[in-house]
Amino acid sequence: MTYIAKPKLHHPALTPNGLGYLRRDYEGSVSTLCAGCGHDSISAAIIQAAYELDLPPHRVAKLSGIGCSSKTPDYFLGNSHGFNTVHGRMPSVTTGANLANRELIYLGVSGDGDSASIGLGQFAHAIRRGVNMTYIVENNGVYGLTKGQFSATSDRGSKSKKGVVNHDAAIDMVGLALQLGATFVARSFSGDKAQLVPLIKAALRHPGPAFIDTLSPCVQFNNHAGSTKSYDYVREHNEAVNRLDVIADRKPIEVDYEPGTTISVTQHDGSVLALHKLSDHYDPTDRIAAMAYLGERQAAGEIVTGLLYVDPEPGDLHGALGTTDRPLNSLSDAELVPGQAALDRINAGLR
Amino acid sequence: MQPTRTEGPDYYHKVVDCQWACPAHTPVPEYIRLIADGRYDDAYMINWKSNVFPGVLGRTCDRPCEPACRRGRVEEEPVAICRLKRVAADNKQDVGPLMPPVAAKRNGKRVALVGAGPASLTVARDLAPLGYELVLFDGEPRSGGMIRSQIPRFRLPEEVIDEEVGYVTRLGGVELRLGQRIESLKGLLSEGFDAVFVGSGAPRGRDLDIPGRKEAAANVHIGIDWLSSVSFGHIEKIGRRVIVLGGGNTAMDCCRTSRRLGGEEVKVVVRSGFEEMKASPWEKEDAIHEDIPILNFRVPKAFTHENGRLTGVTFEIVRAEYDDKGRRNLVPSGEPDEHHECDDVLVAVGQENAFPWIERDIGLEFDRWDMPQVDPVTFESTRKGVFFGGDAAFGPKNIIWAVAHGHDAAVSIHRHCMGEDVHDRPPPGFSLVSQKMGIHEWSYDNDISLEQRHRVPMLDKAEALKNVRVEVELGFDSRLGYAEAQRCLNCDVQTVFTDNLCIECDACVDICPVDCITFTEDGEEADLRQRLKAPALNLDQDLLVSGALATGRVMVKDEDVCLHCGLCAERCPTGAWDMQRFTLEMTHADQMGGAA
Repeated sequence: MTYIAKPKLHHPALTPNGLGYLRRDYEGSVSTLCAGCGHDSISAAIIQAAYELDLPPHRVAKLSGIGCSSKTPDYFLGNSHGFNTVHGRMPSVTTGANLANRELIYLGVSGDGDSASIGLGQFAHAIRRGVNMTYIVENNGVYGLTKGQFSATSDRGSKSKKGVVNHDAAIDMVGLALQLGATFVARSFSGDKAQLVPLIKAALRHPGPAFIDTLSPCVQFNNHAGSTKSYDYVREHNEAVNRLDVIADRKPIEVDYEPGTTISVTQHDGSVLALHKLSDHYDPTDRIAAMAYLGERQAAGEIVTGLLYVDPEPGDLHGALGTTDRPLNSLSDAELVPGQAALDRINAGLR
Repeated sequence: MQPTRTEGPDYYHKVVDCQWACPAHTPVPEYIRLIADGRYDDAYMINWKSNVFPGVLGRTCDRPCEPACRRGRVEEEPVAICRLKRVAADNKQDVGPLMPPVAAKRNGKRVALVGAGPASLTVARDLAPLGYELVLFDGEPRSGGMIRSQIPRFRLPEEVIDEEVGYVTRLGGVELRLGQRIESLKGLLSEGFDAVFVGSGAPRGRDLDIPGRKEAAANVHIGIDWLSSVSFGHIEKIGRRVIVLGGGNTAMDCCRTSRRLGGEEVKVVVRSGFEEMKASPWEKEDAIHEDIPILNFRVPKAFTHENGRLTGVTFEIVRAEYDDKGRRNLVPSGEPDEHHECDDVLVAVGQENAFPWIERDIGLEFDRWDMPQVDPVTFESTRKGVFFGGDAAFGPKNIIWAVAHGHDAAVSIHRHCMGEDVHDRPPPGFSLVSQKMGIHEWSYDNDISLEQRHRVPMLDKAEALKNVRVEVELGFDSRLGYAEAQRCLNCDVQTVFTDNLCIECDACVDICPVDCITFTEDGEEADLRQRLKAPALNLDQDLLVSGALATGRVMVKDEDVCLHCGLCAERCPTGAWDMQRFTLEMTHADQMGGAA
């Protein structure tokens, strides 16, 4: 870890965003992770995305579980709400928070251990229920805090730092998310902020369960030859299907790509996702085709990245449950205790 | 673009903006660290080696280092480098034992030094330890040159001058012949010296030949002559109403001195605009603080007088006009002339060199401005063995330039006396040493202070104005000195990048507080500068560009506002970044050996 706080002095050319905040204002405390950890780059990408989206820090709740990745919410958005929950239980706590106050922006940060092992059921159910949140898995394929055992996302046949070969099949979080009904699914790489930042921005604006599997090399325990989650391996096998520009509401769309190579997806809130196609025939609004394509490329040894699937008309848990459209803490006593007549009506309905 | 060449001393030297800007290349961050550490003796000696007069310069330097200071580009104000130098001088113990020993034996060479000011004293300082016999001549009864004659005592106490001149004269082989003005260079040359150094300054104050000058002569004084008379105690009073003509530092010294000698209504009147005045901003501030108004855009037209006595000055009011080449012309504004009454006028409109004592038939060429032709590297004139330095070489500058000239001239004199080519000069030495002490520990304090520049405590104004010999600035005490020292960014601790160790993890990019670092596709410099995480628009500051990395990209670091906090190196998992202290060893004659 680093002993000194990051100096407050900043580049004189930094410009404030729409709320008057500088990018530096979205930082948190200094990282205690190992030097070179991919997770720190993801934190930097979240800071950049929040700054660019003009997010009011006090309207964001960042929640995490336990592990290296789950430590990171301390390192970004220092003026937002949030806490480390129980190991693997971030999805349930976020579900509860979201039900209590639907007006906050929910950002769940988890790791491959937290979400693919101890919290796999939690992950599955939050996604299938359609909790409106951005769910980022910082996926390094290794248990870094306990010194480098294989995690549930380690690829079969990949090698540990000591040279042990992994015999277990890997859980593919992207495949699960698609199957379970996530309405926004992406995969990215901590070492490619040009790709990652727009994906996080789009996910934060997505009004439904948005999942980003982010490959994030563990420099200490999983960045060697034989690893499939090292900087070198991911760079060599990365196949990006598209490049994303997030265009905020009511701004003219200026994308200077060749005609016919860009797909625009207008989200419910008016924001536009302009997807520049890098791979022919890839349609990110076709879930079944996406699943088939991913399976095919995975078999070919490629790591497909980019915005893999987006549903322009997503639903969410509140819609399904028909909940009140205001945060619970804003309801008055009269609304919460509607009186004997209302109770009688309910009771009558149950007879 | 080509990967940056960092092999020689220049690349990293230039990053240390203060040291690069200092004519004597004083290792500023190094001595500031020593001050923070309470090691005042060591801080003093580092200064003494570079600039010979730390106590004097810590009060009077023109501070070219401060406008250059990187701190001034990341917040409001630069580090108070100059006044920190004074902290070292004020708080040191006896540094006598740290001074070079007297040469074990004489080398048999004799050098005459004309003028006993900063340039000559620097030459003497560098040559004495080599066993030279050095004879300093000065027309004044005391040594120090303009340091003593022109800088008022309320800015620079006598004992500081005596102390620092004393360190030079005690080095052995130094003989002072004071009160002995050299009237003929030919005569001096006939005395058999092995070399002659002319460090006689720019001793002639420019006069103002306008109507009434002769009639009012009794109350119109040349600024530097008047200051000198005050310094040596010949003048103790001035009239109640004083006008100072001129906008340089001499004018500031004249007006502030007047305030202390009975001048109650003292004003400075300048031809130019206030902003374009030659005086340093802080000297103007100090004058204004002492209730001295500065009136600008006024050109003196005539001294008025009655019965042979000065009554005032008439000014034409002008305004600035700029032609298409940006050159300024002062044109009459059309407003009626102004008359300002006064009892005395001090003329501080510039100084000139004067060499009436140098014969023109001794092989020493003069240029069309009647200045001796002096080689800007060797400081040798067109006559072998005769060298110039300080204001005598290239016209009026300031003490720190005189010192820098002295060092270079001493190298030449030594080469000359050893029968070697004066152009054959050893380059400066340098070293880069890693400052890494542990995983995240450095041998310098990398925690950046957020404090603003501290003001130097001053004597109460009423007290200060009572006595021309009482020092007006009290200086930083050790507590304030420490706080100010901590503002230094340690720019000499360099960010050194080794491209074949980099794995392009972005950790340095993410942690850098000032967005200095970018990994990007290579390109031409002008294009690269625009594509960085924060565009590098300060073209005076270099880019550090690596060779191609594994992905084919390059690392580009803009040196402009780097805080030298070392976080890039702390967050680097492979040691591709390291913090290395750059040390420059200037070539000084006393380090060259080859003598005795």
